[in-house]
Amino acid sequence: MNIPATVSYTDTHEWVRLDGNDAVIGITDYAQHSLGDITYVELPAVGDTLTQGAEMGTVESVKAASDLFSPVSGTVTAINEKLADHPELVNQAPYEDGWMLRVALSGRPSGLLDAAGYEKLCQE
Amino acid sequence: MNTLFADSRPGRTGALPRRPELRAADMLPPSLLRKDRPRLPELSELDVVRHFTRLSQRNYSVDANCYPLGSCTMKYNPKFMEYVASLPGFTALHPLMAQLRGAGHYTQGALQILWEMERLLCEITGMAAFTLQPMAGAHGEFTGAMLIAAYHRDRGNKKNKILIPDSAHGTNPASATLAGFEVVNIPSRDGILDPDDLEAALDDTVAALMMTCPNTLGLFENRLPALVEKLRRVDALLYYDGANMNAILGKMRVGDAGFDVVHLNLHKTFGTPHGGGGPGAGPVGVSARLEPFLPVSRVARQQDGSFCLDYDHPKSIGYIAPFYGNFAVVLKAYAYILRLGREGLRRASEYAVLNANYLRKRLETILDMPCQRLCMHEFVASAPQGLRALDIAKAMLDGQVHAPTVYFPLIVPECLMFEPTETESKQTLDALAELLDEIVRRGQASPDDLAHAPYHTPVRRLDETLAARSMVLTEDMA
Repeated sequence: MNIPATVSYTDTHEWVRLDGNDAVIGITDYAQHSLGDITYVELPAVGDTLTQGAEMGTVESVKAASDLFSPVSGTVTAINEKLADHPELVNQAPYEDGWMLRVALSGRPSGLLDAAGYEKLCQE
Repeated sequence: MNTLFADSRPGRTGALPRRPELRAADMLPPSLLRKDRPRLPELSELDVVRHFTRLSQRNYSVDANCYPLGSCTMKYNPKFMEYVASLPGFTALHPLMAQLRGAGHYTQGALQILWEMERLLCEITGMAAFTLQPMAGAHGEFTGAMLIAAYHRDRGNKKNKILIPDSAHGTNPASATLAGFEVVNIPSRDGILDPDDLEAALDDTVAALMMTCPNTLGLFENRLPALVEKLRRVDALLYYDGANMNAILGKMRVGDAGFDVVHLNLHKTFGTPHGGGGPGAGPVGVSARLEPFLPVSRVARQQDGSFCLDYDHPKSIGYIAPFYGNFAVVLKAYAYILRLGREGLRRASEYAVLNANYLRKRLETILDMPCQRLCMHEFVASAPQGLRALDIAKAMLDGQVHAPTVYFPLIVPECLMFEPTETESKQTLDALAELLDEIVRRGQASPDDLAHAPYHTPVRRLDETLAARSMVLTEDMA
């Protein structure tokens, strides 16, 4: 299971890479592995406002449709357009080509997990 | 296998249609007449018989083999119900006849059955009134959510949330959302909804709690009285998803337990055909305080004992279905209830629970069991370490058994959900357990072997990912 130390995590299996006032969001390797082959990713639109912990989209796989929860609060500045035609990128490279959103933060997110904390959560 | 269109040959025919006494061209304006001949396949009777016989042989049905599809109650559909529904007094009755002025006396039998069926379902569930109109389970859920909204609107309550435990049926959140509510998911604890977890999510904006009981883990929600009491405090209603009613017939009446709305799946619990053999019916029962909001029309008995359709319900949520729902389905379920009677229905539930527990016990050494306790009419298991639920399910198809539900509920990893129903014998359940034992052994010896199953079905392993990513929903009939 790939749990890089360079990003932060939620207990609902999203990751977020914080860079100044900017955040990049996706789902974890554990999440993509549990979901199986991903068939569709529904994301908010550029300009939408996100609230930390609130629903921001859906991931559908051959097994299930699961809600995505925003790890941060802010405004969406970009979405990964490639996922519309290639949702398998989330399976292949969840932390790189499979990223989902870029967000301009409206405040500092709280309660995120570090790699060690997230690894512990996955083992439970 | 070819479609009928591919097998069509010009001029071939199977039946000699009667020459019509009236021609469409003599009755309709030219603008309504078609310009081209309809493109229908041309075949002999034998071509058609073979085509449909082959299709039926390729199809999987409970008439042929065991169908332990959890959460779906695929019980045997007794044939006497088909007989009752095929009586010409019903099949020849036009659905608009009841509304036709002066034709009411031709429809008394059908209306009486609807009226009596409402009473039978009230007796079985302990509810005050029923509508038979919803045409499937999810339609019943949606109707129920609309009734909940109407109740709160009428009382001036400002409520926008419906709480749903994670062990509830997957359609509940969709139905509540479609009715305009915000859905709040509550986690279950040890497979059961805990009153403290309800309390944490409860406030004045909560319109209702939607419960599936027994839930999708096959467990009875044994904290019901505490939940009811908490909901009452904020004037929130309690909705019962009756999809798992097959476990509690004659044992518990949900109305007595404090539920305000319940939908039943006649095509599950009351033995009418299900899945491709549908259509279904999802009648909704309500407590007395919700009765004014039931959809119109409603069947009423007049003072002289005759039956009529009654539209005079100003607080009704209105029309939800054409005519009076799926009448033939209601009719079959009515026949089922009368045929089994009070004792028979109770025994059906007892055998359903007994069969599920027998199979669960037989599988304990074969699959992993996340809930090590008595179950109701269904139970969940996990694929043993290293094996995938999907591969086991596919391998079961080679053993001539329908696969169980897989990957649901989501809270159980590599989940397989079995519901044998009361109509399977001990011999069938033993054979099912032996089949699973063999599959798991095969998988442990060679996971690759299972990954390519099934080997002997009309079509082999389908590419489900490709099917979901690039859907083709049309067929070229040319």
